[in-house]
Amino acid sequence: MNLTLKVWRQKNATAPGRFEAYEAKDVLPEMSFLEMLDVVNEELMERDEEPIAFDSDCREGICGTCSLVINGIPHGGRKGATVCQLHLRHFKEGDTITIEPWRAKAFPVVRDLVVDRSAFDRIIQAGGFVSVSTGGVPDANAIPVPKADAELAMDAAQCIGCGACVAACKNASAMLFVAAKVSHLGLLPQGKVEKDRRVAKLVEAMDAEGFGNCTVTGSCEAVCPKEISLHFIARLNRDYAVAMLKGRAV
Amino acid sequence: MNIIANLFKSSLGKKYIMAVTGGALFLFVVGHLLGNLQFFLGPEVINRYGHFLQANQEILWPARLGLLVMAALHIWSAVKVSAENRAARPVPYADWHPTVASYASRTMLLSGVIIAAFVIYHVLHFTVQTKSINFTGQSFVALRDTEGRHDVYRMMVAGFQVPLVSGFYVLAMALLCLHLSHGIGAMFQSLGWKDEVYGPWIDRSAKMLAWLIFLGYVSIPIAVLLGYGKEAVK
Repeated sequence: MNLTLKVWRQKNATAPGRFEAYEAKDVLPEMSFLEMLDVVNEELMERDEEPIAFDSDCREGICGTCSLVINGIPHGGRKGATVCQLHLRHFKEGDTITIEPWRAKAFPVVRDLVVDRSAFDRIIQAGGFVSVSTGGVPDANAIPVPKADAELAMDAAQCIGCGACVAACKNASAMLFVAAKVSHLGLLPQGKVEKDRRVAKLVEAMDAEGFGNCTVTGSCEAVCPKEISLHFIARLNRDYAVAMLKGRAV
Repeated sequence: MNIIANLFKSSLGKKYIMAVTGGALFLFVVGHLLGNLQFFLGPEVINRYGHFLQANQEILWPARLGLLVMAALHIWSAVKVSAENRAARPVPYADWHPTVASYASRTMLLSGVIIAAFVIYHVLHFTVQTKSINFTGQSFVALRDTEGRHDVYRMMVAGFQVPLVSGFYVLAMALLCLHLSHGIGAMFQSLGWKDEVYGPWIDRSAKMLAWLIFLGYVSIPIAVLLGYGKEAVK
């Protein structure tokens, strides 16, 4: 099949970007979207042109590295799938496809479709962890965990930190990401000890990075490849309010 | 520890302010509607109600000031949050698909601004009773019923008989309905009172309440335009 691609090209963070049109000729419906870009890049290299820079790693939907906005939807709009899990059979012969990077002040473009997501790393460093004192291995059943809490924590722990929530939000808000981390760590007994301090630190770091605010449009939940629920944001709001009222959020 | 400073500075704090003040304004909207609907019980009832409110200045003014503070904080947080949201995406998408984001959720600022403009007009129209903006050529201040009370009933009929005034009223109520259809649910979300169990129920109730409020409010100008109460203004 043949496709026309409108791709965002930008030399570096400071250079102005623009859209360039490319033809993807004789690509197969079985190919993944990223394989199609590989084919286009090979042709570009043969012609001695600069290949399109894009992020990818595992290509099996678990690492959170790939990050393309396809026709206005992060990861291309397939429910619960990253862009590496998007295949060309979901497009029609002759389609024109717009490909853009994640757009957010906190995610500056590094080159073409690659953005710098270290803002997420800095948020995690601020408190997205559980402090564990080293020592002997504790008995496996010494700390009881209610099944429902464990399930909920694991739902939140599915977050792979790809940043699609930020990319999809009209306000470029990172609240679904932060909410997932807060519930993932705060619901389990080992992480509960630092719950208040963690939520305070994470929100403070999130605000400092220049992400927008949540206006509950639900776009983040809709594009999340791990289908993290919007209810985790309500939980974040609740946890933060509790921390604030206890005087632990300053 | 400075809870107040944090409330006004942090992203989540501003959402709490937005939600709490929005909730207070929502309660006012419900109360005001219930008061207004007494219009259909006749001049005696609505005039007595109007007189009751006007006669208790000690309650009226604190309530007004409270509402003003709520509205001011609601607007302040909206302006602040919107500015931050714009700044968070300096380069817009060339092609953007709203996916599941509802029209109401994407236009809260716009619907809010128009509602605010309406509220200013509405207060001048029926509370301050500025003659020049009611388009009837008569002053509402002078309207008195047989017991010497302000004739609220006649004011409402005369006021809403002007199609332009009723039209703006209906438009504003439609936007209020849109604003609330998103706002009520978002209020629970922002305060963290939503989860898998109550979430869907809250969203459905929000839409239903928004519709009921719309229908309740517009029933009065529409009834008047259809001829209800015209004998009172002859």
